[in-house]
Amino acid sequence: MTDLLYSEEEEALRSAVRDLLADHCDAPGVIARTESDTPHDPAAWKALADGMGLAGLLVPEALGGQGAGHREVAVVLEELGRAVAPVPYLSSAVVATEALLECGDEELLGRLASGRAVAALAVGLHRAPGTAFAAARLENGTLHGELTGIADAAAADVLLVPAEDGGLYAVAASDATVTPQVSLDLTRPLAAVVLTGAPGRRLGDAEPAVRRALRAGAGLLASEQLGLAEWALTETVRYLKERKQFNRPVGGFQALKHRLAQLWLEVVNLRAAARNAADALANGEDVDLAVAVAQAYAAPVAVHAAEEALQLHAGIGMTWEHPIHLYLKRAKADSIAYGTAGAHRSAVAELVDLPTP
Amino acid sequence: MTVDAAELRRRTTELLAAHPPATTDRLDFLRARFDAGLAWVHYPQGLGGLGAPRSLQVVVDAELEAAGAPDNDPRRIGIGLGMAAPTILKYGTEEQKQRYLRPLWTGEEVWCQLFSEPGAGSDLAALGTRAVREGENWVVNGQKVWTSSAHLARWAILIARTDPAVPKHAGITYFLCDMTDPGVDVRPLRQITGEAEFNEVFLTDVRIPDSRRLGEIGDGWRVAQTTLNNERVAIGGMRLPREGGMIAPAAKTWRERPELRTHDLHQRLLKLWVESEVARLTAERLRQQLVAGQPGPEGAGMKLAFARLNQEISGLEVELRGEEGLLYDDWTMRRPELVDFTGRDAGYRYLRSKGNSIEGGTSEVLLNIVAERVLGLPAEPRTDKDVAWKDLAR
Repeated sequence: MTDLLYSEEEEALRSAVRDLLADHCDAPGVIARTESDTPHDPAAWKALADGMGLAGLLVPEALGGQGAGHREVAVVLEELGRAVAPVPYLSSAVVATEALLECGDEELLGRLASGRAVAALAVGLHRAPGTAFAAARLENGTLHGELTGIADAAAADVLLVPAEDGGLYAVAASDATVTPQVSLDLTRPLAAVVLTGAPGRRLGDAEPAVRRALRAGAGLLASEQLGLAEWALTETVRYLKERKQFNRPVGGFQALKHRLAQLWLEVVNLRAAARNAADALANGEDVDLAVAVAQAYAAPVAVHAAEEALQLHAGIGMTWEHPIHLYLKRAKADSIAYGTAGAHRSAVAELVDLPTP
Repeated sequence: MTVDAAELRRRTTELLAAHPPATTDRLDFLRARFDAGLAWVHYPQGLGGLGAPRSLQVVVDAELEAAGAPDNDPRRIGIGLGMAAPTILKYGTEEQKQRYLRPLWTGEEVWCQLFSEPGAGSDLAALGTRAVREGENWVVNGQKVWTSSAHLARWAILIARTDPAVPKHAGITYFLCDMTDPGVDVRPLRQITGEAEFNEVFLTDVRIPDSRRLGEIGDGWRVAQTTLNNERVAIGGMRLPREGGMIAPAAKTWRERPELRTHDLHQRLLKLWVESEVARLTAERLRQQLVAGQPGPEGAGMKLAFARLNQEISGLEVELRGEEGLLYDDWTMRRPELVDFTGRDAGYRYLRSKGNSIEGGTSEVLLNIVAERVLGLPAEPRTDKDVAWKDLAR
């Protein structure tokens, strides 16, 4: 039976991650970092991956991982979402790792699990599971072409590149030209990857690996969106209790209370949908529908939460110094990542037999 | 000693052996079940229970269902079970508990709730029905409204004003009213759907003995909170299958009637299908929290979610049906015992579900409750708190 609650161990994991992020990822620091040459936070990544071993949660112990599962990863992602942490966790420890698990590449899995290497799947972040994706040309055993919209590629040591022969190849980032793109989401930046005769090592078939990787990415992204939405709600409630206008706390006005109560209800629902997706991924039961339902629901809620936070913070919410903009940018980008809500609704239509006209 | 699942199974087997469902009269079986403490296992011994954990009721229910035992029709007697019983249990005298709980549970006596008034809906504490003391009796005059089952009920839980000179919450007293007494006049209240599911109840010089007062004089608002809180948690323990609610007939129509499909309706249907599934998961999560002994505040939101979903889905279904959506199945004035959502057409579902965001607390009031009690936002300014009821604007 689906377990929608959190275990004691999962709650302990949550508070450990939250403590770590409180030390490493305060909002002014994240904002300053987005304007620096290193938008990713190597110190936070090292603490998560090396210090706590969280990069290897999905990797079996025999391969150097923690042998945990998607439920634990989901809890980590809730906290990363709550902090809009600029670390390549979803891209490397989830999406690239799932692709490698499908290919069974033990050497690279071990390096990813230990945090010694960061990998990025060279598939555009907007691709939904099961849809077409761009591939590199294979000429004389080397890879050629340009792949754009690759999340966290700038932080990656290894790129997992689908090629036109149907294979998935490991390419050292140093053998490719990785050019940061100006991204809407400053904390999960995209990059273009240009390959001109880059050597690659064939890992396995690209199609099943990419499908599995994107499905896990989409399903667990819902937990990141939950963390983000919870931050937006909690911060807005806190602010509206303190902020006074017309000689009253603004949070006492019914028009605003109803909006926050409505948002709370959406967050409560999102928690159930996200837990359901994480549990389904962990148990392999009913996964496609659980993931499609979670993503069809999560993105609009996370965007709504961030937009409400901005509007209800009013003037201060519109500024660069207040972190709301980081959350809005992440939420809006997340609403496209691994397929839009509309794409996932189409998947639902297929899965539950509600056919198109 | 707490009674565990094994002990409940043993007692259930004993009950079934002593009163085989196949050869026992329905009412006799239900009475025997009550006397065996297997009616609501979390109630005290002697009052239909065994003081067992509430979560173990499912053990008994499953065994009895498998054995083909009659049930006590909890839907028809829902107000008694869900609202009157927990209030009587908490505030009743020993005599009251002994007198009322058994026939309430077996369904021999149906209950209704005389709370809402034409002038006191969301502001329930403003109610104006008066109860005046005359010796050992209270003489009650006033009008109640929106009363389900009043035409079937033997008893009612009633709140009335016993002191108009104090602020509104302080002057209310809680009574158990005999619906067969002279002066109780139940009239059908015909609704938007055409049927009369509810009633108006007129109370004219109804004499209620003081022995049927529940709780202290003037303490009725606090007593009523028990009733109202129980009304709102009713959904908590429910377990819905996927596509188990109002989405089922809409999805069925979509699958069976390809000629009705349009792209716009498809998008809206999918959105509502997803939202129904997510609401189901939230209800399931709440249920798991209750079983794990960590009740969450989610229950406060479930009624809001289902009210909105029922309205949107049934509204979509009417549109989906196109030309048929212009028709209605039956406007005949009827007196149904139960709300029949599934046996009627989309048009009925659409109209009836409009009540879902009003009955049992309007969605607006529930949003206030969530905002204040869950999120801790400041309460609305209260200008009526220290004013005597008789001086309030009405």
